[in-house]
Amino acid sequence: MSPFSGAVASVAEPSSAVSEASGVFGLTWLLIALPLLGAAVLLLGGRRTNPWGHWLGVLMAAGSFAVAVVLFAGMLGLGEEERSIRQFLFDWVFVGTFEAPVALRLDQLSMTFVLLITGVGTLIHIYSVGYMSHDPDRRRFFGYLNLFVASMLLLVLADNYLLLYVGWEGVGLASYLLIGFWYYKSSAAVAAKKAFVVNRVGDVGLSLAIMLMFVTFGSVTFEGVLDNAAAASDSSLTWIGLALLLGAAGKSAQFPLQSWLLDAMEGPTPVSALIHAATMVTAGVYLIVRSADIFNLSETARTAVIVIGGITLVMGAIIGSAKDDIKKALAGSTMSQIGYMILAAGLGTVGYVFAIFHLVMHGFFKADMFLGAGSVMHGMNDQVNMRRFGLLRTVMVTTWITFGIGWLAILGVPPFSGFFSKDKIIEAAFSVNAVAGWVTLLGAGITAFYMTRLFAMTFHGKKRWTDDVHPHESPWIMMGPVAVLALLSAVAGLALGPTGLFERWLEPVTGFTEPTPPVAPAVISIAALVLVLIGAGIAWVTYARNPVPEVAPAGNLLTRAARADLYGDAVNEAVFMRPGQYLTRWLVWFDNRVVDGAVNGTAATIGGLSGRLRRLQTGFTRSYALSMLGGAALVAAVLVLVRL
Amino acid sequence: MTDFNWLLALFLAPLVGAVAVLLVPKGADKLAKQVGLVVSVVVFALTVAMSLQFVPAEAGDFQFSFAYDWIPAFGVQFAMGLDGIALVLVALSTSLVPVVLLAGWDDVGPESRGSVKGYVALILVLEAAMIGVFAATDVFLFYVFFEAMLIPVYFLIGRYGGARRSYAAVKFLLYSLFGGLLMLAALIGLYVVSGDLLGTGTFDFTQLVGLDIPESTQRWLFLGFFVAFAIKAPLVPFHTWLPDAAAESTPGTAVLLVGVLDKVGTFGMLRYCLELFPEASTWATPVVLVLAVVGIIYGALLAIGQSDLKRLIAYTSVSHFGFIALGIFAMTTRGQSGSTLYMVNHGFSTAALFLIAGFLISRRGSRVIDDFGGVQKVAPVLAGTFLVAGLSSLALPGLSSFVSEFLVLVGTFERYTWAGIIATIGIVLAALYILLMYQRTMTGEAPDEVREKVHDLRGREVLAIAPLLVVIIALGFYPKPVLDVVNPAVDRVMQSVGATDPAPQVGGPVAEGTQQ
Repeated sequence: MSPFSGAVASVAEPSSAVSEASGVFGLTWLLIALPLLGAAVLLLGGRRTNPWGHWLGVLMAAGSFAVAVVLFAGMLGLGEEERSIRQFLFDWVFVGTFEAPVALRLDQLSMTFVLLITGVGTLIHIYSVGYMSHDPDRRRFFGYLNLFVASMLLLVLADNYLLLYVGWEGVGLASYLLIGFWYYKSSAAVAAKKAFVVNRVGDVGLSLAIMLMFVTFGSVTFEGVLDNAAAASDSSLTWIGLALLLGAAGKSAQFPLQSWLLDAMEGPTPVSALIHAATMVTAGVYLIVRSADIFNLSETARTAVIVIGGITLVMGAIIGSAKDDIKKALAGSTMSQIGYMILAAGLGTVGYVFAIFHLVMHGFFKADMFLGAGSVMHGMNDQVNMRRFGLLRTVMVTTWITFGIGWLAILGVPPFSGFFSKDKIIEAAFSVNAVAGWVTLLGAGITAFYMTRLFAMTFHGKKRWTDDVHPHESPWIMMGPVAVLALLSAVAGLALGPTGLFERWLEPVTGFTEPTPPVAPAVISIAALVLVLIGAGIAWVTYARNPVPEVAPAGNLLTRAARADLYGDAVNEAVFMRPGQYLTRWLVWFDNRVVDGAVNGTAATIGGLSGRLRRLQTGFTRSYALSMLGGAALVAAVLVLVRL
Repeated sequence: MTDFNWLLALFLAPLVGAVAVLLVPKGADKLAKQVGLVVSVVVFALTVAMSLQFVPAEAGDFQFSFAYDWIPAFGVQFAMGLDGIALVLVALSTSLVPVVLLAGWDDVGPESRGSVKGYVALILVLEAAMIGVFAATDVFLFYVFFEAMLIPVYFLIGRYGGARRSYAAVKFLLYSLFGGLLMLAALIGLYVVSGDLLGTGTFDFTQLVGLDIPESTQRWLFLGFFVAFAIKAPLVPFHTWLPDAAAESTPGTAVLLVGVLDKVGTFGMLRYCLELFPEASTWATPVVLVLAVVGIIYGALLAIGQSDLKRLIAYTSVSHFGFIALGIFAMTTRGQSGSTLYMVNHGFSTAALFLIAGFLISRRGSRVIDDFGGVQKVAPVLAGTFLVAGLSSLALPGLSSFVSEFLVLVGTFERYTWAGIIATIGIVLAALYILLMYQRTMTGEAPDEVREKVHDLRGREVLAIAPLLVVIIALGFYPKPVLDVVNPAVDRVMQSVGATDPAPQVGGPVAEGTQQ
């Protein structure tokens, strides 16, 4: 018996009657088409579109949001079991029994994502109009943002795994382009490439998962795979689950593929908010929850998901506690929070709903805080070192208040949104496995520590500003969207959590089992709050009450390790990069001297031309002919000998 | 119109064009180029007109077929016809020629060793040979075109190439000649065997398919053909001629060489090795799969290690040819349709890569990667097009190569799991070689030399590149026109070789989709 059992005992079998799109749902494709059109115009239109390009970008994102609202209203008008809608657009890849059309699936799960992506996306578009106003390449920026929104929507709306893969890689491309937006900085270009390559390692997982699905089910559509999951063998399901997890780990920066996310902060801050906090990095959670039918049937795969989520949860929190760069501290936090979601998704039907609930809440409060960090940077000449911040509450009141709401939300202080989403994950974790429960509980304490540290170092304590900065509040076009996100961080949890609205909404897609923790939920809530108070208290005393050194002290072993991202990069460098570089260098030599040289050399020997070796370099006809004979004869001989 | 011999007209048009170009008076270089371009566009238009009359449902049969007696004593016929696979490869060839001529407008000038009109004429002759080699339905005729192609390419490299052009040209010629020699021997053997089995010897492909050749004989004949094709494609370890040839030729020649000519190798494996020698093909499969998988990884690692832009692109193709061979010998419809589509897609993406790299190299006057940097700042359009071409080369989902690469992978995986898994690792290496190249050339600070010399794409260059990028994106989302004609032809190959797709573990929705 694995220690992680129990949660899936009573799987509420989700109904999957999918109906073809009609009426208002015929508009589903527009969700993707609008931002895609925006991206095309902005990226192909060139400088002509500079004067109004950013507004077109905003308009397309907002248009997509409007369509989303219309579809949402339409969906609410349908019965709970009729909300799965499929829109077939055209044939795509088909060979024999392999069929992957371009078709979209709108159901409660994708609808949730669509609202999050287009809603938060539109807000961040508006914010960026102000944030990027001095950048000569603002139009290109909006082109990429629109491309991102279109790809992310394709990812969550695809009706089969192969099409999902297109959106999956599309957001990866947008992420690559946006991390490397300031391409003339080498660090940005390197970070962009790193993000893409690490994600490709995850893509190997997703590719293999899709291939395994086809081999197992003869299909790659959601219907063909998920509805037949029960008929597949345990080992197939486990392998599919593990391969999906590898894919999810890449996109969602989970251990051991976490290293790219911290470097990704090289991108402009709105990108960090939209892509590397609120939406793209949560795609792994979507992938796992979407594939619930697979994970429900494989305990091994679920256990692996819990372990990976748990490790990353702790790693991210530790890294976030040691960073002095405000964006990197937030990135560590993002890793950690996604760890929570992944862990929740690994709990099975008891956790899926809460994984998505926390994902949405996190989308609000983390985007709020990232944009707040952007506002701080805007006022501080793009500085990011929190050791040179302090007391900014006096000059950036709106930023301080909105950020403060996000801070309370991530801490899980009632009645802010994080309280409702994180507590539920802790409850669910305890009802499956005690270790998982303790990890999520202690994680809440560390979260309180690093987040309070960040908040105090930035907005409280004493001024530690460099001489050249004159901090000021950001314009309304930036703070307006931030205020909306702060409002959502404050009330969305209360509105959707305790009312049970969110559970009831998602249950038909993901299934739902009530958590059964060994102690009363109230006890867990109080324990979590106590830990949060302790964590926050320590941080407040250290970073708000006491002076913060302007230069980081040496720190203990753990601090130093955390500053070095827990040596993730060092390991990658030692295990993959250096040996890889030696290998390629050696292979180049091998190919030039041995493979090519063998051809030349054999020829020389056979032809008795050793005295004229030098002439080979300029191409001596006969020797090549002879040398080729050697090579070809060899392969022919192998073919014959091996098989005869 | 139905009596019009489309295929013969298509074959003859570039030859007539070549003669016309040669008739242009000396010194009228521009006119020669204009005539060449017009001819190539006409040939392309002919291809389009012909393709519209192709019947996709019967793409497994040869269409537009004709046959004239050529050497009756040996039963050799001048016979051509197109199945779906040959059609898409002919279309690839004729669509790349105008692009190459337009993009390479200034690559050959008075300072070249050969004349401008000679260059244009050679390309048109090569075009005819490419059409011929894909369209031939007589194995002897195929062999003739297979060898005839070498001549224009030899001169295109040797006369118009870079500093080490003669070394590269001779190396190319000898590798190819050697392969051709083996094929000739096997061809004669095949004729003799067919004489034994049929009474009279024949080179007619349709008669040769399904001949019950004894397996030991098959193996020798297979090897003769296969080695020739493995050199042409090229598979590791026969690949070392390719980086030299591609690096030393003009970008246009490199495009036709790597984009089209090398496909004759993989086309030959699919059409001739598999269909004529089914048992021997099955017998050789394990070894070919190993060569293919090694090629994918080895080519990619070597590409990462290159310091020369054109050699880097050449090595990426070594990796890609590994994928194509893998899909063919996986003996599944997914694998073989994927490989055929791969041949087409690789043609377009490699063409874009070579041509844009060519624009870059001719501006800077160097092929060394470290001489570049920061190009995106000074030439954003050039950098953007290069990125799209690169992303196609690394098979980004949404671009055309993804569809083909994934089909190859899934088609391999469903029969040879181990090969599919190793090949999938190739996608990480592909990301590395492309994005490292992009990072080193296009990002960072631009060195002074780049700032001074590199300017953005001009109208003519954009006009040449844009169609390639449009096709790359369009086929990424709508590969249907190609799949529609390729799938039935692949079904025929599968039938000839006696292979069927493995069945999935779970019954489910599969049964209804099956054609048989």
